[in-house]
Amino acid sequence: MTDLKLPTLDYAALAPILILFGASLLGVLVEAFLPRARRHPVQLVLSLLAVVAALVMVVLNADNRLVTAATAIAIDGPALFLQGAILVLAGISLLLIGERAVQRGGAFVAHAAVTVGSPEDARQAEKEGGLTEVYPLTLFAVSGMLLFVAANDLLTMFIALEAFSLPLYLLCALARRRRLLSQEAALKYFLLGSYASAFFLFGMALVYGFTVGAGDQGGGVDFLTIRDAVGNSSASSILLLAGLALLAIGLLFKIAAAPFHVWTPDVYQGAPTPITGFMAACTKVAAFGGLLRVLYVAFFGASWDFKPVLGVVAVLTMLVGAVLAVTQTDIKRLLAYSSVANAGYLLVGVLALSRDGLSSTMFYLVAYGFSVLAAFGVVTLVRDADGEATHLSRWAGLGRRSPLYAGLFTFVLLAFAGIPLTSGFTSKFAVFGAALDAGQSYLVIAGVLTSMILAFPYLRVVVMMWLSEPGESTPSVSLPGGLTAAALMIGVAATLVLGVVPTPLLDLANGAAEFVGR
Amino acid sequence: MSDFPFLSVLTVAPLVGGLLVAFLPASRGELAKRVAFGWSLAVLALAIAMWVAFDAGGDRLQLRESYSWIPAWGVNFTFAADGIALVMLMLIALLVPVVILASWHDADNLKRSVPVYFGLLLFLESTMIGVFAAADVFLFYVFFEVMLVPMYFLIGSYGGHQRQYAAVKFFLYSLVGGLFMLAAVIGLWALGGKTFDWEALTQADLSTGAERWLFLGFFLAFAIKAPFFPFHTWLPDAGGAAPAGAAALLVGVLDKVGTFGILRYCLPLFPDASKWFAPWAIALALIGIIYAALLAVGQNDLKRLVSYTSIAHFGFIGVGIFAFTTQAGTGAVLYMVNHGLATGLLFLVVGMLVARRGSALISDFGGASKLVPVLAGVLFFAGLASLALPGTAPFVSEFLVLIGTYTVNKPVAIVATAGIILAAAYVLWMVQRTTQGTLNPALSGVEGMRRDLSVRERVVVAPLIALLLLLGFYPKPVTDVINPAVQATMEQDLGRHDPAPTVGTVQEAHR
Repeated sequence: MTDLKLPTLDYAALAPILILFGASLLGVLVEAFLPRARRHPVQLVLSLLAVVAALVMVVLNADNRLVTAATAIAIDGPALFLQGAILVLAGISLLLIGERAVQRGGAFVAHAAVTVGSPEDARQAEKEGGLTEVYPLTLFAVSGMLLFVAANDLLTMFIALEAFSLPLYLLCALARRRRLLSQEAALKYFLLGSYASAFFLFGMALVYGFTVGAGDQGGGVDFLTIRDAVGNSSASSILLLAGLALLAIGLLFKIAAAPFHVWTPDVYQGAPTPITGFMAACTKVAAFGGLLRVLYVAFFGASWDFKPVLGVVAVLTMLVGAVLAVTQTDIKRLLAYSSVANAGYLLVGVLALSRDGLSSTMFYLVAYGFSVLAAFGVVTLVRDADGEATHLSRWAGLGRRSPLYAGLFTFVLLAFAGIPLTSGFTSKFAVFGAALDAGQSYLVIAGVLTSMILAFPYLRVVVMMWLSEPGESTPSVSLPGGLTAAALMIGVAATLVLGVVPTPLLDLANGAAEFVGR
Repeated sequence: MSDFPFLSVLTVAPLVGGLLVAFLPASRGELAKRVAFGWSLAVLALAIAMWVAFDAGGDRLQLRESYSWIPAWGVNFTFAADGIALVMLMLIALLVPVVILASWHDADNLKRSVPVYFGLLLFLESTMIGVFAAADVFLFYVFFEVMLVPMYFLIGSYGGHQRQYAAVKFFLYSLVGGLFMLAAVIGLWALGGKTFDWEALTQADLSTGAERWLFLGFFLAFAIKAPFFPFHTWLPDAGGAAPAGAAALLVGVLDKVGTFGILRYCLPLFPDASKWFAPWAIALALIGIIYAALLAVGQNDLKRLVSYTSIAHFGFIGVGIFAFTTQAGTGAVLYMVNHGLATGLLFLVVGMLVARRGSALISDFGGASKLVPVLAGVLFFAGLASLALPGTAPFVSEFLVLIGTYTVNKPVAIVATAGIILAAAYVLWMVQRTTQGTLNPALSGVEGMRRDLSVRERVVVAPLIALLLLLGFYPKPVTDVINPAVQATMEQDLGRHDPAPTVGTVQEAHR
């Protein structure tokens, strides 16, 4: 047996991941040693600094195209672009998470173990400051996401998947109010997420079996080995296809594609709204980043096998998201189904299986992330004495009560509906253009048809806000603190800028749209 | 002066004005009105200067400007106007100040912001100018969609009965058409060489199948917008619910985007498919003429009635376009202008009546001319213009459409002529039931009905009446501009030459 050699690590290239990981450990120490009253500002500043530092490292690494840690991690164009996207969006999410001016103590529960409905629970909801463990948890999740989009073999990818999923399960359970809904959401997400992880793991095993059978120098789960095996193998492709299918289920669960989307509305509704925004923006980027790498690098040779199946999934996702969004009466569930439909549009871009497909998908992810964070930012503001007023009927006449926030929300909804001069239009144009160019016209037609359906629920909210008279139960809009206001403004401004002058980001995405090892 | 960037300035100026007006405090309604009116007059002056700078005998597309926008997709801010676009731009620039003046008190009695109303009107003007001035398919699409937003809020926030329903229906119908067009736009881009430039795309080499699908995508959007039968059901709702000024712009200009789009995009970009689909399009147009006219006869709501008459008129325009002769085409474009003037006037006058009576139902009127003789007279004139009485401008255009069609397709022309008779029926009956006959006793009790046209309202209707008469007797200034553009469309793009009018070449005509 040969001696094991330690792989060399390119610490500069890994710096963003390491910084966040270190900062989250530091955050745990802060929890242990600082008095309760001081933790919130310290944690918030620490987290934001860590995110900014990691972002700086990503920018400094911008020209890297390398594989490090043996073959486990690839720091290439898409990885860097998506890491940058995750960090920017996570920074905005942190602003929402850190907000304490809108409701006393912030959006998170003070003691997660308190009995729901007890006087103690009511007391914490009214008075106490929220848990500050959310910051290290968020940073853990973000570092997992950064690793996920850079993972270059299935094992690393699985570890990253778990690293960003477990904190998310916890975060979902920490809502300050409606604790049962929040805990139910977390449990659901955890159980279904575990199934998805198990599928992923099983798929990995099958694919490993396939590579063993295919190659003469033994098997492996790194993407290059898989790619070579897919290309040259004379072995039965049953292992390959079954393995790919199981892997895809694991990934499609995370991106909330139909029929693996059923957790989305419950989790989006139950989770604390800043966390919902964080999931809708960052998890989506990370999960699609992983999917892109798996499909474009490892299994590209099998594209004729998976293209029709994923095409059906994409059409189904768009259709289910759009149709069910029509029937929703809760704004968070509506946005959840809209996020399902958007996963479908993103899949359209992915299935172009071309450089344009890659760059347009990445562009879409960034554009959507900004808009969806702005949307959930507004949701945190519309509230009454019992917390957020998420039922749609409560939003009637909001435009009269607070034209500014209703106006911003309307703008974001128009962006979701794909009206020109918003990022929603440019990003849809990008993915549809890439798909049509690749000959996937049926996906474009399905996308266009579902966009029509999806316009209706958005329009209904606009009608509610502007054209209905405000009633007794129209909640007031809280004045946002500086953090939410900043997050909201960044999100809306990005939605406008990416709709009017998309060129810089398009060029960036285009320049980054090349995986190493393809 | 012809180097002046007319089209981009014309597009941007109302937008700037609109923002300026909309952000005035709600208490400064009067100031907002004045600024909006002055601003729209300035735009009109600029448009007149542009008309002068346009050389009717010159190139097909003039006043061209191009600025890079999204190089990755080959999108440019390209503006250029041909004669067809030019007359439509003039119509917009003329109608908007008239509408602003006519809507002076429309927003006063609602619990809504007055400055926002006038800001929306200017914003709408900006997008309407943009859609006619664009010579880049992407840019056209952008304006085509964005145009919906101000109109949606005009109907939904400031409209009358059932405004929410009408606004949503309007938005969804248009959006559905727009999204079909989006698919076709992307397809055209992918197949036509990754460019959106109109002139480059006219040279694109498309397969027959692709051309037909793309044509359908565009045509559907335009047929909904125009609207042609059977995509018309949103118009009576929207026209009935919109405030009169917005309705005049909706029917007078916004809907022309549909017919303009067919002339500018469907025919030149997909000539073979256009010829292939022409019989179907003509059939839809003919059904529209007869069906909408019949529905108009049966209406009891003045605004809905006017909306239905418009659908019938759009049928004439459709026949004129798809007859593929220069005469009919020129007639169709002239009809677009004249219809904007005539129906615009009709909507505004009806709006004045409705504002006085507080109801749009014909049965609530009767013998109104006893109380408001001048207003009733203007309504009568607007009605006559609408039914294309000789001497009014619409007559010229309707006549051109019919004879242009008759030379190539006699049955169609004959069926279309029946529409004229129905037009006389719905207009005259409407006039009779509202202003003639014995005075409805309920009417004299209404305070508003004792006031005849105010000075402001006279200023509103006077320019429209004058233009309708002027163009009825002397349409040459407009036809001179339209004719070369239409001729270019028919001959260069479609390769159709008009049948010679003399007896000696009858065989050629039959070929």
